[in-house]
Amino acid sequence: MTASPEKKSYKSFLEEDGGRKGIFKWILSTDHKRIGLLYLYSMMAWFIIGVTLGLLMKLELIAPGETLMGPQSYNATFTVHGVIMIFLIVIPGLPAVFGNFMLPIQIGARDVAFPRLNLLSWYIYVLGSILVIASLFGNGAPDTGWTFYAPYSFRTGTNMLPAALGAFVLGFSSILTGLNFIVTIHRMRAPGMTWLKMPLFPWTLYGTAWIQLLATPIVGITLLMVAGERILNIGFFDPAKGGDPILYQHLFWIYSHPAVYIMILPAMGAVSEIIPTFARKTIFGYRAIVISTLAIAFVGYFVWGHHMFTAGMSGTALFAFSILTFLVAIPSAVKVFNWIATMHKGSIFTEVPFQWAASFIFVFMVGGLTGLVLGALATNVHVHDTHFVVAHFHFIVFGGTGFAFFGALHYWFPKIFGRMYDRSWAQTGWIFFFLGFLTLYGPMFYLGIKGMPRRYFDYLEEFHGGNIISSLGALVMVTGFVIILINLVKSARHGEKAPANPWGGTNLEWRIPSPPPVENFEEIPVIDKATYKFD
Amino acid sequence: MSEPATLHHNHRDDTASKLGMWLFIFTELLLFGGLFVVYSVYRYLHSQAFHLAARELDVFTGTLNTVILLVSSMTVAMSTTAIRKKDKRTTLLLIAVTLVLAAVFLVNKYFEWGGKISHGLYPGSSILDELGKGDTLFFGLYFFMTGLHALHIIVGMVVLGFMFVFVWKDKITHDNFQQLENGGLYWHLVDVIWIFLFPLFYLIT
Repeated sequence: MTASPEKKSYKSFLEEDGGRKGIFKWILSTDHKRIGLLYLYSMMAWFIIGVTLGLLMKLELIAPGETLMGPQSYNATFTVHGVIMIFLIVIPGLPAVFGNFMLPIQIGARDVAFPRLNLLSWYIYVLGSILVIASLFGNGAPDTGWTFYAPYSFRTGTNMLPAALGAFVLGFSSILTGLNFIVTIHRMRAPGMTWLKMPLFPWTLYGTAWIQLLATPIVGITLLMVAGERILNIGFFDPAKGGDPILYQHLFWIYSHPAVYIMILPAMGAVSEIIPTFARKTIFGYRAIVISTLAIAFVGYFVWGHHMFTAGMSGTALFAFSILTFLVAIPSAVKVFNWIATMHKGSIFTEVPFQWAASFIFVFMVGGLTGLVLGALATNVHVHDTHFVVAHFHFIVFGGTGFAFFGALHYWFPKIFGRMYDRSWAQTGWIFFFLGFLTLYGPMFYLGIKGMPRRYFDYLEEFHGGNIISSLGALVMVTGFVIILINLVKSARHGEKAPANPWGGTNLEWRIPSPPPVENFEEIPVIDKATYKFD
Repeated sequence: MSEPATLHHNHRDDTASKLGMWLFIFTELLLFGGLFVVYSVYRYLHSQAFHLAARELDVFTGTLNTVILLVSSMTVAMSTTAIRKKDKRTTLLLIAVTLVLAAVFLVNKYFEWGGKISHGLYPGSSILDELGKGDTLFFGLYFFMTGLHALHIIVGMVVLGFMFVFVWKDKITHDNFQQLENGGLYWHLVDVIWIFLFPLFYLIT
């Protein structure tokens, strides 16, 4: 079944320029594959900035007192780091890059349902990112944290407005991508691809798209209200005028907690693609994964209150939010069991994508279990707003989504560029990254339990040891990142030619040449068997 | 070598396009949904002040604007029927009437807002500060929500303006009118939101 190395008798999407030249080949193309790569390149640029800011913070924290920057610069750094990482990278992350590239191919379509709208989403994304960057200039970078908590967000003298409006605009991009994907999945699946024959990555994109669609407007309107506060002095969230700052927190987290599932669901989808391929075994419990995906998307709406356990809510609300938070752990755990069971008695061969996926499971479990510590009311009060929280969400958001992103990148790289990367360098990069990651965020759990608060540029002498380890970990991880980046950039141009199906995967993307032809399929395939069937 | 047909998608799927429009309408409703939540919370906390402040609004202008929007929704719905019956002139006429009605709505709104502002009832004014927290929030919400709604009216007018041109240039015809129908759906959305805003600010006292 593995395709023989075919002769070049087709035109790949990288060669087809639509009669345009230079950069216009990219920024005017409505080809979903090119748009996916546009997102990839812009995101990588922001990611480098975000990582640099994060590294600067870790260097500041290498010793107590002022090392690199003072309190105001530190506040601005963690705010901009958060805004860039959350709104520009992790939320659009996998759906915008791999969703755009792979979704139509995996469901046997030639493009998404609305190709021009798809390109428009990218332009809106760029506009939003320019606004975010604009906030860095002028009266000083915003210093509210990425959450823009009221009332400080409209009292601070810093350049808050462009950052909030940027996040608002980025929300639009996210909504339009989600809308596009839902319609694509409903209308454009290949003949014979019933819902339960659809691969899992499209399934998770489907769940994600609904969250994008239904949750993002709430944060949109909330950020508009904050803008109204700053410009018109209305008083929605200003206690002096009768407004309620806690209401802001509710509205913010009604979106921003489901946003965590926007980040993690497609990551789970990518891992569900990688693991069966490298275990040579049908995914265990396909239906359970589908149902748990939808369950996470659904229950995820009702847990936002767990960000506000110490903000002041009724006891009943606290209990309800705590129990719901525990509930959401169940479908997540179901998935972990499914992945492990897929590997059980499989014929595993460990290539780089598999290593990323396996390390994803590990860090995701650490992040998930520490999430339960935070979801429990009593322990939450103890570790609230400490480094424990920082470690937890970096394990989930960076360890979860980030690792899956790199896994997906190494998994689909030969398909996207038609070239193979240097595997030993890729592996070295992964080892550095993984070990650096654990050294960077692991000690933060300890520091948090010991009581080191987050968001301060300074700390007491007793926290020094843990911080030194953590900062060294950051350096190791960044080294790994640089190795990965250089390896991939070099290989995209000069790597050896990749066959159509280098990993022996079973889904539709592996049945077409690498890189994919402009129209993906010469003839739209007819699907007659379940997905993930290995011969 | 294959034709680069997908680079210029001519593939047409009316159902997909309608589905997309409905999904977009959901998000718009949720956008206002956030404001309705804020409204309910503050109405609950300051019920007496909201009760009194609502009397400041002119029920007559509000009712007039409601009628205007309802009629405009009717005309836009009739325009999609007209295009199906291959009656281009009536279609154009009905879209034009819708646009005029929308403009009349905005003019009314302008005078209404102007009246409030000349009485010193606008966000951040010292008069509102004296009146108290409930009034501040009521008028804050009033200006913010009707303002956002007016913005949607303007967007809707631009959309319908494009539809007018498309019908004029025969890009929308009796067998290809999904765009007009989507434009109409958007206009109905703008209408529906007003149907909720009107009682919340004018009628419930």
